[in-house]
Amino acid sequence: MKTLTLPLTDEAIEALHAGESVLLSGTILTGRDCAHKRICEMLDRGEELPFPLKGQTIYYAGPCPAPEGKACGSCGPTTSARMDAYAPRLLDLGLRGMIGKGERSAAVCEAIVQNGAVYFAAIGGAGALYGNAVQKSELVAFPDLLSEAVYRFTVKDFPCIVAIDCHGGNIYKR
Amino acid sequence: MRTIRSEEVEQAVYRLAEEACLGIIPSCMQAIGEAADREEAGSAAQFALETVLLNARTAKAERMPVCQDTGYAVILAEIGQDVHIEGALLADAVNSGVRRAYEDFRFRKSVCDPLTRVNTADNTPAALHTEIVAGDRLRLTFLPKGFGSENMSRLYMLTPSQGVQGVIDSIVETVRLAGSRPCPPVVCGVGIGGTFDTCAFLAKKALTRELGTHNPRADVAAIESEALERINALHIGPQGFGGKVTALGVLCEVAPTHIAGLPVAVNIQCHCMRAARTEL
Repeated sequence: MKTLTLPLTDEAIEALHAGESVLLSGTILTGRDCAHKRICEMLDRGEELPFPLKGQTIYYAGPCPAPEGKACGSCGPTTSARMDAYAPRLLDLGLRGMIGKGERSAAVCEAIVQNGAVYFAAIGGAGALYGNAVQKSELVAFPDLLSEAVYRFTVKDFPCIVAIDCHGGNIYKR
Repeated sequence: MRTIRSEEVEQAVYRLAEEACLGIIPSCMQAIGEAADREEAGSAAQFALETVLLNARTAKAERMPVCQDTGYAVILAEIGQDVHIEGALLADAVNSGVRRAYEDFRFRKSVCDPLTRVNTADNTPAALHTEIVAGDRLRLTFLPKGFGSENMSRLYMLTPSQGVQGVIDSIVETVRLAGSRPCPPVVCGVGIGGTFDTCAFLAKKALTRELGTHNPRADVAAIESEALERINALHIGPQGFGGKVTALGVLCEVAPTHIAGLPVAVNIQCHCMRAARTEL
């Protein structure tokens, strides 16, 4: 299985093709419904985000609270389609990778190709495995959103499938 | 008349929440295992199912929630009409059990105001359904319902002329429109008949059945089998990666309806079928 280090480089993204399995290691940001809404509201107001988006990978997830002795509780992917309304804008601002589950809208697929980005599918329902792949978790923004806050995860060998690549390859297109 | 203290109900809900969120029910584990064997060796579909099985074993061994979406707490209380619940209100006892379990077991709190989206921070209120039944026992069923799949559910108000074919078409269409989003392979809980509201409840109640069971009515069991076959012919596959298994089962429950109507509710459940029950 291919191993990838995050943040992703242009060369690494270009070499990815839909359908291949990868193990991700490095840092990712979590963000789901409420965090996306808030990020876009801040952008609308012209405010600076509390974290840089450029070059980053966002994991659509809201973890369970961490049990004692672990960095993170169960933390599998949530349905990416709910973030489709926001994703093209974030990709245009330099977001390079997204991790979630399920198909994306035509607008997101187009923005992935235009911006040379990539969308990884994590396996939905595998919360315990993904939680255990998180070695470190830091709260970055929006603590009032509880599990929907933005966390910076340091992950090791986080298993994914390349779902939509920068060449337009798409595992969900049959 | 038999008396049950509300504290017993609270403690039962607390234990059921723990048991339900930590594992996939055995009949569903078996169905996922069989599905993994059916998928092509080395395919993304098989990888997805094997990951799901490994995850369930890990969650059990480490006592972690099998899925981080520990759900909206749906509780079915079948109350014998010779039972008297003493102490707190039943709903308060149930909510208190949920609140304490989600905090103590470090489950995710996933309930919020629908408009402001402010989290209630304790996973209450639960969705409590009560049914008065014969006897002097209280049967409790706990379903932690994830919303990736709940979001993909549908309710159809068909006309009588659409008949059995219309029912099957509605089930298949719901799964087709859901596509890769609800964590397939899914399970369909289907309500047929009743009214707009009771039909939706029947669909939810169908999801408390074990996988592999059939409705005792032969004509309803035939709908379950035909719908399952047609769903699997969609080839959405595990996680939407394509493949042979898009659904693990279709569970239908029926109730009499009005002469003018044919309601059909399809409640989608992801592959992570969780439930626990007890009787007081």
